[in-house]
Amino acid sequence: MSLLEIDNVTLRFGGVTAVSQVSFNVEEGEVFALVGPNGAGKSTLFNLISRIYDPAEGDIRFDGRTILDRKPHEMARLGIARTFQNIELFDHATVAQNLLVGRHRHRKSRMWTELLFTPFVRAQERHHREAIEKVIDFLDLQAYRDKYIAGLPYGVRKVVEMGRALAIEPRLLLLDEPASGLSVEETQDVAFWVEDIKKQMGITVLMVEHDMHLVASVSDRVLALADGKMLAMGTPHEVQNHPKVIEAYIGVADEHEKVLA
Amino acid sequence: MGVLQLIVSGLANGCVYGLIAMGFVLIYKATEAVNFAQGDFMMLGAFICLGLTNPQFMDLPFWVSVPIAIAIMGAFGYALDLVVLRRMFGQSQIAIVILTIALGFVLRFFAGVMWGHEPISLASPIAGRDVRFGGVVLGLDEVMVIAVTIVLTLLLWLYFNRTKLGVAMQASSQNQLAAYYMGIPVKRVHSLIWALSGMVAAVAGILFASKGSIDPSIGLLGIKAFAAAVIGGFGSLPGALLGGIIVGLIEPFSGRYMPSGYSQIMPYLLLFLILIFRPHGILAQVHAKKV
Amino acid sequence: MRTVFKTSYDADINLFRHPQQMGWYLALIMLALALPFLLSVFALGEATNVLIWAIACMGLMILVGQTGQASLGHAAFLAIGCYANVLLQQRLGLPFLLSFPLAGLIAGVAGALIAMPMTKLHGIYLAIGTIAITILTEDFIVIATPLTNGVIGLMAPPIDIFGFEIDRYRTPWLLYYLILAVTLLVVLAYRNLQRSPLGRSFAAIRDSEISAQAMGVNVARTKAVAFGISTGITGLAGALMGHYAGIFNNETFNLIISIQLLLAIVIGGLGSIHGAFFGAAVVAMLPQAIAIGRDVLGRFIGGGSIAIPGMETAIFGLLLILFILFEPMGIYGRWVKIRTYFELFPFYRKDMFRRQKAYLKTERMR
Repeated sequence: MSLLEIDNVTLRFGGVTAVSQVSFNVEEGEVFALVGPNGAGKSTLFNLISRIYDPAEGDIRFDGRTILDRKPHEMARLGIARTFQNIELFDHATVAQNLLVGRHRHRKSRMWTELLFTPFVRAQERHHREAIEKVIDFLDLQAYRDKYIAGLPYGVRKVVEMGRALAIEPRLLLLDEPASGLSVEETQDVAFWVEDIKKQMGITVLMVEHDMHLVASVSDRVLALADGKMLAMGTPHEVQNHPKVIEAYIGVADEHEKVLA
Repeated sequence: MGVLQLIVSGLANGCVYGLIAMGFVLIYKATEAVNFAQGDFMMLGAFICLGLTNPQFMDLPFWVSVPIAIAIMGAFGYALDLVVLRRMFGQSQIAIVILTIALGFVLRFFAGVMWGHEPISLASPIAGRDVRFGGVVLGLDEVMVIAVTIVLTLLLWLYFNRTKLGVAMQASSQNQLAAYYMGIPVKRVHSLIWALSGMVAAVAGILFASKGSIDPSIGLLGIKAFAAAVIGGFGSLPGALLGGIIVGLIEPFSGRYMPSGYSQIMPYLLLFLILIFRPHGILAQVHAKKV
Repeated sequence: MRTVFKTSYDADINLFRHPQQMGWYLALIMLALALPFLLSVFALGEATNVLIWAIACMGLMILVGQTGQASLGHAAFLAIGCYANVLLQQRLGLPFLLSFPLAGLIAGVAGALIAMPMTKLHGIYLAIGTIAITILTEDFIVIATPLTNGVIGLMAPPIDIFGFEIDRYRTPWLLYYLILAVTLLVVLAYRNLQRSPLGRSFAAIRDSEISAQAMGVNVARTKAVAFGISTGITGLAGALMGHYAGIFNNETFNLIISIQLLLAIVIGGLGSIHGAFFGAAVVAMLPQAIAIGRDVLGRFIGGGSIAIPGMETAIFGLLLILFILFEPMGIYGRWVKIRTYFELFPFYRKDMFRRQKAYLKTERMR
């Protein structure tokens, strides 16, 4: 049984079909990448998995059970964490506080005990801090621990967002363009981290990414999409050389070279 | 009063609410800001016209002072944006809401100092006359209010959908930065929209003053107009007028058919229900954020 | 700026960042305890009023500063707390020690229930919805005259705690101490909230609803809880206001009070407990300050004191406009800047607190 099963999913916005009969499975422990030109429906698929959109047809199953009867906020509790394409951090809070919000699904205290700050709440807080400290160490964020997000450079924010998703301790991590806007060195770091997330933490990764170097170096399997339809699926090498994929990109010669180089 | 008269007077009141609501909507459409002082703009417009016209002040002919009052309010709106609101560029909606509430306090105080707190009537040629349609006697003031409102709504609608500046105003509200890149002088467009909204407020004020006496606290009508704008659908000019008319009609009818305590809460009760069941008004614009 | 070397997780969790900070706040509490011996009866009454407003401001601050939800409806919850407290005492014969927390609870539950259908509303829609709450409550008090005595109003009985009679005029120092105790408890609860998961989920909703949801925060429910806690505290303030004012009716808690509360926390500084106190001090003492200013002015110009209706709110409005334009972080923001200036002397730079310019991008789609 696969960890995540996308089963013949279709989504329409008015007359536009954003995602059309897409099916694929993400196996436990693999890194699965979605590639495709802008508007191919990659982020829409993410939003479908996060339950922000309801599919018109098809089913999405996580761990063998449909998630279509769940609310968006229940996804974290199931073990699905995500990042956003255009960074959605809590700007008026510190890095540590952002990561602590990621711990929300592990909250066991109630409103009244928190207002009184009972010893139980304190113990729980210590435990949460221990957990986020591991993430901070893993992503080398020590220097920014108590800094407010509003003043941080773009590259660091991208990393913090990944850290916040890791603080959830998910089983499935959805990364929406983790390397967009990053320098070559920073992209390299992301590649190492994705590798470690898979190997050390045993978290399954589903990512959307335009940088084919990154995709080729970290992913086990790749699905290429265009106009909401599936083009090709397989290893990075197979997908890159698939005639349909080349055709989809060929319209724009420069981008074709850049993406497939 | 017959049912017809009730309807006409309700319509006339509703048109004034609708005009104030349109002032909100104009600014909201173009700048995403909400002007809580719109009611006080209306009050100020009414008082400026009264100050120019009435014999105890400047004693100008009514038809001379009306365009002057409208021009002054336009200039006031322009200057307000230039001096105050331009500094708020890019700040949150709520900051501007709070700022304009505070501005309302100041305007009310200013009007009180200038023209006193006693109710005064505008010496308007359309006040207190009747017109006859067949066997029905209607107040000229009320008929005028309705007619002027219809014409003004039509003009504004044409302006926003047919003229270059109107389209530029819409564009600048959708994405300020992109509008900049397209060569739209966003800041000047904002000032112009505040000027336009001031002028609409002046018209609303003059019409309202023609129907009865005014004092500085009539600015609080703005709250009712705000409710009207939400009922009709914020961000839609016809919606604002529709909401205004609904509120205007509810008031006299619930006043007539319901016990006294209940009639005044009806507009707000309707507002509450609309917010719960159709949050973006009857003529809604859909809100959604893309991630 | 002091750098604190954190050696344990508790350094993050504790109420005070370092011992000196605790010392300062203890000194402040000592001063507050000594006030009845230092001030005249009139001035003590003013101090009591400031504390009541501070409680109300903290209540609203949890909603606006912490959760990012604007409300112009909090006068309604002042009213609910005030009427509930007095009615529980008069109709059911409950003692103050029971009726007071119950009044807070009733206001809190009412707030959470009213908020539930409104949790999908944003910005201006929420503002207008909450305005409607204030207006409807004012009218409802008149409609429910058999219970509330309508426009004639109710009288708050003197507070009786274990045989001690607490009354604004006969035992002002006892009333002051009672309200000080409530204030400190509310501050403590507020601080506890800030350092626990619930408070963090409030802040998450304020900054980004969409990612709060992705983190597992039930946005609608958390907003309702924020409303509940906020209106509960406001209800407590309302109950105290009733005892302080002695007599109240439907007009005591009108829309102007709602607006003043919101303006107060903006002037004070959004998002901090300090801001609630600064704002409360401004609102509660402004009428006195204006009266004094008027007297002084009148003496210079001659012709006695000038009384112009609406001047109070106008000056208040003007203050607020100046603050929003020149110090959007409020009095607390200014205070932090001055403190930093002295801490870093002579290395303070003018642009240290400069904010990035943001362009508004609409969330509206057609």
